[in-house]
Amino acid sequence: MADSLTHEQLVAWLAAFRDSVHEHRDHLTELDAAIGDADHGTNLTRGMDAVMAVVAADDAPDTAAGLLKAVGMKLVSTVGGASGPLYGTFFLRAAGAAGDASTLDAGAVLGMLRAGVEGLAARGKAELGDKTMVDALAPAVEALADAVANGADLATGLRAAAEAAATGREATTGLEARKGRASYLGERSKGHTDPGAASATMLVEALADAVG
Amino acid sequence: MKKLINDPADVLAESLRGVAAAHPGLRVDHANRIVYRAQAKADGKVALISGGGAGHEPLHGGFVGPGMLDAACAGEVFTSPTPDQMAEATTTVDRGAGVLHIVKNYTGDVMNFEMAGELAAADGGVEVRTVVTRDDVAVEDSTYTAGRRGVGVTVLLEKIVGAAAEEGQDLDAVASLAQRVSDGGRSMGIALTSCTVPSAGRPTFDLPDDEIEVGVGIHGEPGRHREPLTGASQIARQLVDPVLADHDFTAGPTIALLNGMGGTPLIELYLMYGEVTSLLESAGVEVARCLVGNYITSLDMAGASLTLLAADEEVLRLWDAPVSTPGLRWGA
Repeated sequence: MADSLTHEQLVAWLAAFRDSVHEHRDHLTELDAAIGDADHGTNLTRGMDAVMAVVAADDAPDTAAGLLKAVGMKLVSTVGGASGPLYGTFFLRAAGAAGDASTLDAGAVLGMLRAGVEGLAARGKAELGDKTMVDALAPAVEALADAVANGADLATGLRAAAEAAATGREATTGLEARKGRASYLGERSKGHTDPGAASATMLVEALADAVG
Repeated sequence: MKKLINDPADVLAESLRGVAAAHPGLRVDHANRIVYRAQAKADGKVALISGGGAGHEPLHGGFVGPGMLDAACAGEVFTSPTPDQMAEATTTVDRGAGVLHIVKNYTGDVMNFEMAGELAAADGGVEVRTVVTRDDVAVEDSTYTAGRRGVGVTVLLEKIVGAAAEEGQDLDAVASLAQRVSDGGRSMGIALTSCTVPSAGRPTFDLPDDEIEVGVGIHGEPGRHREPLTGASQIARQLVDPVLADHDFTAGPTIALLNGMGGTPLIELYLMYGEVTSLLESAGVEVARCLVGNYITSLDMAGASLTLLAADEEVLRLWDAPVSTPGLRWGA
């Protein structure tokens, strides 16, 4: 059973997220068109393509922290919009928590994700229930924390995290947006899934796939 | 989608190439997607930068030049530019007197400019102040939401504050004037059609031929509600009433902007302006200066927005000061 995140799996996570963003690009953009400005899919695709170029480079950092930091900086400088600083801050904070290790055990993965999500929530000034990425990511972190506390291995914990993220994403459909462009719609934002929660769920699912 | 483009992914880069070719008074940094004045402002004067997603032309690159902005950062269509771009622009235009960031209140713009300010302060030691415009009365405002969108008042602010910086007012004075202008402006918009973002390839929202979107933003994001399409005189009320209900414009002179969203011809904008002025006159609002035309657009969206700005003698003097940019030019 997988009980730690190796460097290869870290790279596989990013590649899986990139592939998922590509595959669901139009879907993300459609979700965004319903309540935002119709560019979430294209912006993330551009950012993750740039990220994979950095990851594949000969001089790519070989520590988890180094790689995550490079990913965060690249997202900040290529994505733009709100998702650039949000995803960028997630990876920069995750890098800060990852330390010098090249392989992260379950507790370290939890610490990394928690730091990333807390940073992202602070940057966006978003709380649970605002109909944002946080609605998928915060439950994912809590599910992983529960699994780790109960002695589950990392793969099992991440699978639970992915399921919690998907549940959180689905719950955004009925919420009224309080942050981002969707908030300008007020009541009319109800009935639409939040595009940020959708892509954030893909991020967690990609990690579960890479480890499992 | 029927547009004069090549590849949707290249729209911004290729448009900036045209901007550089058309305007010798500007210098375009293509790598960083920044529009600068060809001739930098004198040392010791406060510099102004703004920026935002492309698709709102002439905003912001069209307002770079003597009397207005020192630089404008362009993001992808409807997407905020990135912090490294803005930080680069900030350190480049600083003449030792500090830089004012003019930011429209959209989550992405606010966050990216916030990170840019941190970078420029850390790397270059540049003193940065920020004004966030939030004039759209169509949006409910509360401490629990993102707050009102920044729209038309941004153009008026760039002109007025640009003149203050040009005449040598210091960063404190420029920043406090910017806040005063921002606080005194209100806007309201309507759309007749959606716009089409090139990378998306189809209209952002479906709007039946016999309906209008009331309270629309500048990204084609839907407004707050829809109403049947009526005559221009009734639509003018939909613009004027919410603006006047939100702020008292009878206390002094007012600057008015009747703005086109990109897909509405000037004949209709002037017709609308005629309707708007009648309503303002009967409400006791004295319009001292006005602009009618496409100043802050939303690609090919048909529609219009009204911005009113409470002015005083000082603001009118700065408004009348010379300006020489692709989008606004007088007295120079």
